[in-house]
Amino acid sequence: MELAKNLCIILLTGILTENFVLSKFLGICPFLGVSNKFSSSLGMGAAVTFVMVCASLVTYPIYYGILVPLGIEYLNTIAFILVIAVFVQLVEMVLKKFVPPLYNSLGVYLPLITTNCAVLGVTLLNLTEGYDLLESVVNSFGAGLGFMLAMVIFAGVRGRLAECNIPKALQGAPITLMAASVVSLAFIGFGGVVENIFGA
Amino acid sequence: MSYMKEFTKGLIKENPNMVMLLGMCPTLAVTTMAVNGLGMGLSTTFVLVCSNIVISLLKKVIPSTVRLPCYIVVIAGFVTFVSLMLQAFIPVLYSSLGMFLSLITVNCIILGRAEMFASKNKVLPSALDGLGMGLGFTLTLVIVGSLREIFGAGQWFGITIMPEVIEPMTLFILPAGGFFVLGVVIAVVNRIMKKKPREISCQNCPNAQSCFSGEGCKVNKENGGNA
Repeated sequence: MELAKNLCIILLTGILTENFVLSKFLGICPFLGVSNKFSSSLGMGAAVTFVMVCASLVTYPIYYGILVPLGIEYLNTIAFILVIAVFVQLVEMVLKKFVPPLYNSLGVYLPLITTNCAVLGVTLLNLTEGYDLLESVVNSFGAGLGFMLAMVIFAGVRGRLAECNIPKALQGAPITLMAASVVSLAFIGFGGVVENIFGA
Repeated sequence: MSYMKEFTKGLIKENPNMVMLLGMCPTLAVTTMAVNGLGMGLSTTFVLVCSNIVISLLKKVIPSTVRLPCYIVVIAGFVTFVSLMLQAFIPVLYSSLGMFLSLITVNCIILGRAEMFASKNKVLPSALDGLGMGLGFTLTLVIVGSLREIFGAGQWFGITIMPEVIEPMTLFILPAGGFFVLGVVIAVVNRIMKKKPREISCQNCPNAQSCFSGEGCKVNKENGGNA
């Protein structure tokens, strides 16, 4: 029971209060770049969630099984980014060969993900928070879902923006950033929600 | 003379984040205080100059099919070096930058310069290009950091400059304020330089070619266009 409660707190915190995009500023480039269509934001969100969960599953044994026993923890950035790069390529090949429908819907997003700071960020965050394997996976899943939620909401906001008459200097990136600011402001409203639900 | 141009273009004309709209994550995340922006900018500049030099030296050795993993390893090596140095000599900065120090590795400005400039040019121009781009990045971080610190905390580089009667607006320190200030800064730059409005998207991304296997940009094409 205690375990389930703990995992729920980690999951909801990742989705709402500590949203990766809107409060931690990770993965801003895909958030602003791919959120112009509802379908692409959903696809990108799903692909990121998938890679995040797998990346935390892969990096955990590498850190605690190889880097810690050898005393070379400081090499974690190099090791993790290599593992993620290799892993993304591998996933792309496997999906292409064995699950073509899934590849067709998620595959195009995979190359964008390797250099996405949210994926490297979540694996590093799992270390600094000292999560065990299960907690790491749940945290990555929550972070991915939070990323997807932010993308989908923002795709809706941008659909509205496209119909507006915007001053010339603000067109393009500036108004997108300002809209993101308002969405981020809305997410501040979730502060304290998770603690209240679980009485933690 | 032309060497001078490689250096100066990154400062304003091709400023990596205000004009080319790259590297948004660190620009937003670490700029709650001007001094953090300065530290982050200078760390990134160091990594950028070193990685440009090494990649320019190795450009004939690295096979083009595996060039991106090679670049990332070179960059990650320098990032580890910088974070160990900061941990030893400036621990305050190390702890306030936190995770974003490691995330310099995936900063698209660095990978973009490696791919677009250092892999095609000689050592000296590459180093100058890295220095210019890095300082341009630092400039933006300090501007955004200063605005957020002055309005959000009434201070600048830790010194109180706003009179007591003006209440600081905490909003500017919050994530929402980061998005807002960066939006305003880019709008002002667009206005002054009379630039055509640009969106942050794969289509306009100068790094499009260097995205893994060049396929990243299919996303926008397949969905029928720009933002």
